[in-house]
Amino acid sequence: MKTPDKPASTAQRWAELAQLTPARIALGRSGASLPTREVLRFGLAHAQARDAVHEPFRPEGLAADLAALSLDTVMVESAARSRGDYLRRPDLGRGLSEESRGVLAARRGASDLAIIVADGLSSTAIHQNAAPFITAQLPHLKRQGLTLAPVVIASQARVALGDEAAHALGARMALVLIGERPGLSSPDSLGAYLTFAPRPGLTDAARNCISNIRPGGLDFAAAAFKLAWLIDQAFKRSLTGVDLKDESGSALEGGKQDAVLPAP
Amino acid sequence: MAYRAAVGRQSYVFADLKTLLAKATPLRSGDQLAGLAAGSMEEMMAARMALADLPLRTFLNEALIPYEEDEVTRLIVDSHDAAAFKLIASLTVGGFRDWLCSDAATTPVLARLAPGITPEMAAAVSKLMRNQDLILVARKCRVVTRFRNTLGLPGAMAVRLQPNHPTDDVAGILASTMDGLSFGCGDAVIGINPASDSMSAIGDLLRLLDALIARFEIPTQACVLTHVTSSVALIEQGVPVDLVFQSVAGTQAANASFGVTLALLQEGLEAGRSLKRGTVGDNVMYFETGQGAALSANAHHGVDQQTVEARAYAVCRAYEPLLVNTVVGFIGPEYLYDGKQIIRAGLEDHFCGKLMGVPMGCDICYTNHAEADQDDMDTLLTLLGAAGVNFIMGIPGADDVMLNYQSTSFHDQLYIREVLGLKRAPEFEAWLRRMDITDPSGKLSAGQGGQALLAAMQDRAA
Repeated sequence: MKTPDKPASTAQRWAELAQLTPARIALGRSGASLPTREVLRFGLAHAQARDAVHEPFRPEGLAADLAALSLDTVMVESAARSRGDYLRRPDLGRGLSEESRGVLAARRGASDLAIIVADGLSSTAIHQNAAPFITAQLPHLKRQGLTLAPVVIASQARVALGDEAAHALGARMALVLIGERPGLSSPDSLGAYLTFAPRPGLTDAARNCISNIRPGGLDFAAAAFKLAWLIDQAFKRSLTGVDLKDESGSALEGGKQDAVLPAP
Repeated sequence: MAYRAAVGRQSYVFADLKTLLAKATPLRSGDQLAGLAAGSMEEMMAARMALADLPLRTFLNEALIPYEEDEVTRLIVDSHDAAAFKLIASLTVGGFRDWLCSDAATTPVLARLAPGITPEMAAAVSKLMRNQDLILVARKCRVVTRFRNTLGLPGAMAVRLQPNHPTDDVAGILASTMDGLSFGCGDAVIGINPASDSMSAIGDLLRLLDALIARFEIPTQACVLTHVTSSVALIEQGVPVDLVFQSVAGTQAANASFGVTLALLQEGLEAGRSLKRGTVGDNVMYFETGQGAALSANAHHGVDQQTVEARAYAVCRAYEPLLVNTVVGFIGPEYLYDGKQIIRAGLEDHFCGKLMGVPMGCDICYTNHAEADQDDMDTLLTLLGAAGVNFIMGIPGADDVMLNYQSTSFHDQLYIREVLGLKRAPEFEAWLRRMDITDPSGKLSAGQGGQALLAAMQDRAA
């Protein structure tokens, strides 16, 4: 705690402690209250996280970035018609709109993997991190000799929409890249969900997940490596989900986690 | 059987008891998502009018979820204290509200009544109560529990120090813990949500907290929040476990989605008590709950989320917990949409728990996709402080960097102590004074918070 009347060594010691964690410690106080600078710092972080949830998704920009990587794309929407709908009705975000179903049916073919990029709860995460992450993933996919369906860019979408989309495209596996629920210190986290034999009606138990993909979290190269490992294992064993343990990662569990945090 | 109410020339019919309860519930997104909410404001009021006329004993004769299908229903029915219930046996739900608000319902009377109140009765009466009623009545209910200190005394409010770290880094967790202790937090528990599910990592964290508590002779308890089966296994391995944690919900199927049964909870209770680590009591269980948990597991049986939540307190009650924490805004806007719904739910949960004799605390919290902010948390904190909440969370800067949500901070608990004059657990209060963290009035020592702790840490390092 930095108050003027304190010996320098105490302030210094607290400053050292603050280096040990990203948590907001050693903030000082004005009476019982937060100092003004901390009120503002918190307010800014919250503003950025809120903006990440409500920032309009720009699928065209992403399509252009992916075209530059020589990737074919197709745009779809979920059955949720607005952000308000999306937030209140997770069921609508999990399914394709009638129109989008038709769009995907017209693109049906045989492929190993369908990549579905979904805005989820953070458009910011997709705008900032989806194309760079796919760039990091592509060499692995090439090495693995996998054929790709057109990349699906999905608006107002939750994870389960990817299963329906990949199924409609005739892909053997679905990889959903989605904006995760933004934290105060991480408004730009990307989640990657992998489903073998995707089809409508599957639950999270059928998927593997890598979360917190962002610079400052799990970096793109490391995440791409983990994901390539999972894809490899999933094809070898013809499964994803609880029976496929990511031996390089640690699943989040315990306390507030199992208090029902559904996927975005 | 069907229930009816007429408003002017419009008559409303409610097919059964759970429909009546659902339609009478103050609006929330989770009930809308489940298709259970009232179709209009008038229908909601009609349901409340029908509910007000309903004899309380109806809840003893008509189960919302069949006895044969659900072990939580069996627990509620089989453990009902008919003798305690006698006092209110002749009342309707509306009459029960009037009685609760009256001077007849004193603290000792409410304590004797608690085992006679089923969760459905508590939920039902709460639906007829305004926020001020929920505060007024909860304030009269006292639930005192003990492990290494005494929680829930009149005029007291404790804090769970929650020093989470995104990778369970021991030094980082310790840094947050020192900061929290220097703010006078941690009497409810020092409780870590681990990022890892590795048993050895959890064991390391438990040993860290055990050493910390021993080193500074802190009259408090530690917990690493992991599945009850993991805690039992850790106890068998000789790891120092103070409190046995578990998330629970109000139906057998929802508990199954958490991987627990009542038998497993009993096992957890017995394992926790077998260590005899408490010094002033043997309340060893720590439960967390939250509206929407059953619906999200598709295990709500068509019962509204607030009533299902109250049923979770019947589960908690059976295991004599030290702490029960409703994590009110954690689940997201599809269950509680905005600050108004979160505030209402926090007050309902606290009221229902206290009325049933459960030591309720509240994680006053929200996520960034909910229509809520820290102002809403200030409001709920102030209301729950007035209502006599047993404990709240203390998280550095209110920002949980592991779970990605916002709650209440070390500063927030100082605020509410200053405004309402709330004390800490007496044993912990005395320890803070000994450590010179607080002055004789219980306020943080001027500008010196935590210096004694720091000095001690440095001595150890030297």
